[in-house]
Amino acid sequence: MKFIAVIRQVPDGESRLKVQGGRVDLSGATLILDQMDEYAVEEALRLKEKHGGEAVVVGFGPERVEEAIRTALAMGMDRGVHVVHEGYADPVAVAEALAPVLREEAPTLVLTGGQQADWDSQALGGALAEALGVPVVAWTTALELEGETARAKHDLDEGAEWVRVRLPAVFTTQQGLNEPRYPTLPGIMKAKKKEIRKVAAQVSPKVALLEETIQEKARLGKILDGKDPVAAAEELVRLLHEEAKVI
Amino acid sequence: MILVVLDHDGNRLRKGSLEALARAYRLQEALGGEVAGVLIGEGLGGVAEEARRYVDLLYTVEAGPYTAERWAKAVLEAAKKGAKAVVAPSSRQSRTYLGRVAFALGAGLLEDTLESWAEGGEVYATRYAYLNRVTQKVKAALPVVLTVKPNTTPPAEPKGEGRVEALPLPPVETVEVLEKIQEEKKGVSLAEADVVVTGGRGMGSAEAFKAIEELAALLGGAVGATRAVVDAGWRPYGEQVGQTGKTVQPTLYIALGVSGAVQHLAGMNKSKYIVAVNKDPEAPIFKHADYGIVGDVHQVLPALIQAVKKLKD
Ligand SMILES: Cc1cc2nc3c(=O)[nH]c(=O)nc-3n(C[C@H](O)[C@H](O)[C@H](O)COP(=O)(O)OP(=O)(O)OC[C@H]3O[C@@H](n4cnc5c(N)ncnc54)[C@H](O)[C@@H]3O)c2cc1C
Repeated sequence: MKFIAVIRQVPDGESRLKVQGGRVDLSGATLILDQMDEYAVEEALRLKEKHGGEAVVVGFGPERVEEAIRTALAMGMDRGVHVVHEGYADPVAVAEALAPVLREEAPTLVLTGGQQADWDSQALGGALAEALGVPVVAWTTALELEGETARAKHDLDEGAEWVRVRLPAVFTTQQGLNEPRYPTLPGIMKAKKKEIRKVAAQVSPKVALLEETIQEKARLGKILDGKDPVAAAEELVRLLHEEAKVI
Repeated sequence: MILVVLDHDGNRLRKGSLEALARAYRLQEALGGEVAGVLIGEGLGGVAEEARRYVDLLYTVEAGPYTAERWAKAVLEAAKKGAKAVVAPSSRQSRTYLGRVAFALGAGLLEDTLESWAEGGEVYATRYAYLNRVTQKVKAALPVVLTVKPNTTPPAEPKGEGRVEALPLPPVETVEVLEKIQEEKKGVSLAEADVVVTGGRGMGSAEAFKAIEELAALLGGAVGATRAVVDAGWRPYGEQVGQTGKTVQPTLYIALGVSGAVQHLAGMNKSKYIVAVNKDPEAPIFKHADYGIVGDVHQVLPALIQAVKKLKD
């Protein structure tokens, strides 16, 4: 059996973002393995621990993405494939670039994050599934293998459902699927020696990124002292009524 | 042809469908051709009568219960008739099955767009990125697939009596639905509420949310929760606001005992006014607040309820 986690590297959400020449400049930001993709790595590891086989991490993006792949290897993944591409690529183009690699690997199943913390895209799972000609289960919160099939629970826009799906299939992650483990020191040492195969991406972009702007809405920041809770509450309600005119 | 995927609840079109239609008509000004709709689901007769009034041509596809594969196939069947653009209301489900559709069409996918327009045979859009912190301007050549963020576009008006054509759903390998888990719905829906009152771990217990329900009801709003609260089992997941929960953009967002983690902010940082109550003056939420009270929520919340009641009298 082979369990693949498709990952990307993104800025830590706590990082300050700045814009240079109409583009977000990540030079000062801390870059991490996308936390939604961490769920994918953890699930691949758990499936391997339970059913045997191999857990492979596939990363897409520029050279620096190797750090995120190493993080996944330090968590316990067996080996990595890095599909190298500089610059913006939309999810359809990413799926096209990953499809030949995934087909060659012939995985039992593929996992990836439910939403990307940089492009805020939720489409990679669906696009990958189409590329591979297999079903997709999005926003998965539980996953069990049963022979040639998997039973999974996943979120819908309203409520949730249990499904059975023939494998291979693509699953996108959701919180609740698992609690990702931290890389251990021996894990980090071992990760240094694990193989990362580099593949040059064949990308034909479908979407061009023209401009990025940061519009953190300027907030009023009127913070009241609540030592006298009744007075503070009355003042707040007055402000909301008279100044903001929202109640 | 510009094809609009019309979302519905089995009886009526959802509001998002009328917004998607309005976007389609905007694209039509530059791209020309007809505006067609596609309705997918089970027993579409009634809703088809409503839907045909908004389009030149309505395709219906009897597809049974939702799966990403069936919905993607149904949209593709209609798109094959010559769609230059596919427009749909943005939802978790649409952003999944349209990933399939965009790949199959080799189309650019513009997700969760705030605005969109066509110029010189290309489609432009703006959308949020980086957990709602950055606005991107993007463009794609035709064919294009785009989803419309809720509450960004004035809804379209009915315009006549479109033709109706039923399309068959080709066989498709998909998932087998074993069991549906319905979400309990009460009061105003979170996504559409004009006021959202959210409690965080600082509320201390599930019981403490009774007061939040009371304040939300007084303001005609909905109750929200942080992940910490959902994980603790105090509130259902359907109320979670944030990256892995719902995105809301009300006029007034009140955060009580919420720290203001980025993943939570991602779901509410575009609210018009943000109010925070937290006992820690250093809590990050205050940096994102228009108004706030540094204090114990167990004292401030009852006082707030009283003050609102007084105002209403
Ligand atoms: C991939 C990923 C996705 C996530 N998605 C989401 C998401 O969708 N939504 C979400 O909310 N989180 C999400 N999180 C979790 C997020 O990082 C935070 O852990 C969470 O938002 C914290 O919730 P909280 O503010 O209620 O709790 P805490 O961080 O524990 O904060 C509690 C606050 O209450 C204050 N407080 C305590 N007692 C009182 C009192 N008596 N009176 C007043 N104030 C008091 C404290 O000062 C503190 O600021 C996600 C995390 C990850 C990794």
